[in-house]
Amino acid sequence: MSSVPLSAYLTLAIILFCIGLYGALTKKNTVIVLIAIELMLNAVNINLVAFSKYGMMPSIDGQIFALFAIAVAAAEAAVGLAILIAIYRNRKSVNVDDYNSLKN
Amino acid sequence: MSGEFFIFIVLSLIAIGGGIMMINLTKVVHMVVALVFTFISIAGIYVMLSAEFIAVVQILIYSGAITIMMLFGIMLTRHNDQSETSGGGLRKFLIFLAILGFGLVFYLGIYQLELGEPSTSLHENNTEQIGIALYSKYIIPFELTSVILLVALIGAIVLAKRDDEEGEERE
Repeated sequence: MSSVPLSAYLTLAIILFCIGLYGALTKKNTVIVLIAIELMLNAVNINLVAFSKYGMMPSIDGQIFALFAIAVAAAEAAVGLAILIAIYRNRKSVNVDDYNSLKN
Repeated sequence: MSGEFFIFIVLSLIAIGGGIMMINLTKVVHMVVALVFTFISIAGIYVMLSAEFIAVVQILIYSGAITIMMLFGIMLTRHNDQSETSGGGLRKFLIFLAILGFGLVFYLGIYQLELGEPSTSLHENNTEQIGIALYSKYIIPFELTSVILLVALIGAIVLAKRDDEEGEERE
């Protein structure tokens, strides 16, 4: 019997998720928004790995899901950064509020 | 207080502290470096959850690759170094309240959650177990991941490449 309960890990994950969500919604710099999204994905990975040990049917599957999530997150970060560089070349700005080409 | 709980508290405090510093610091580069603390302590949490392989992958990918890539993204764009938050104080406050409510609702859902006994065999040959599962049960998603990585590689190059005609005109 472990001394750290499942709910402690889930609480840590939701605190990190809320920090990431706040950063993604309020920060101006696009790079910071991207990395805040990475923080949210990390919180989800903590949940997956925690349930793979403490879940209803403990098995290795949760860790495999976390691995896939990490791979997809890395691909997403690369494509997001490439889009950021392309937009920066046209708009000369990294401010999220300046990216309003789709408005009107 | 047992040793395991103490380590969990320390790692959680470092992780949350890194996140809070990311929110509050003003220079963009400092924010990214603050998040490295968070990523490394999350790797420690993975070790506590008997997922050693994921912990190593976390350190390699997040605190290594993604941090360096984000730093490159900051250096390649104009970093006037100050990232003031967008919107007025009212908008920030409303977002804070909404996220606080969101967090409280989920906390009420999970704070007493207990699902059976923890697994005791995950830490034995952890990497071998992951490899066997990846190459038997999850072989098709594993191969599809390679397609995703290839598409992301080519897509990133095409997106970031300067358009030829446009570039010649400008230079």
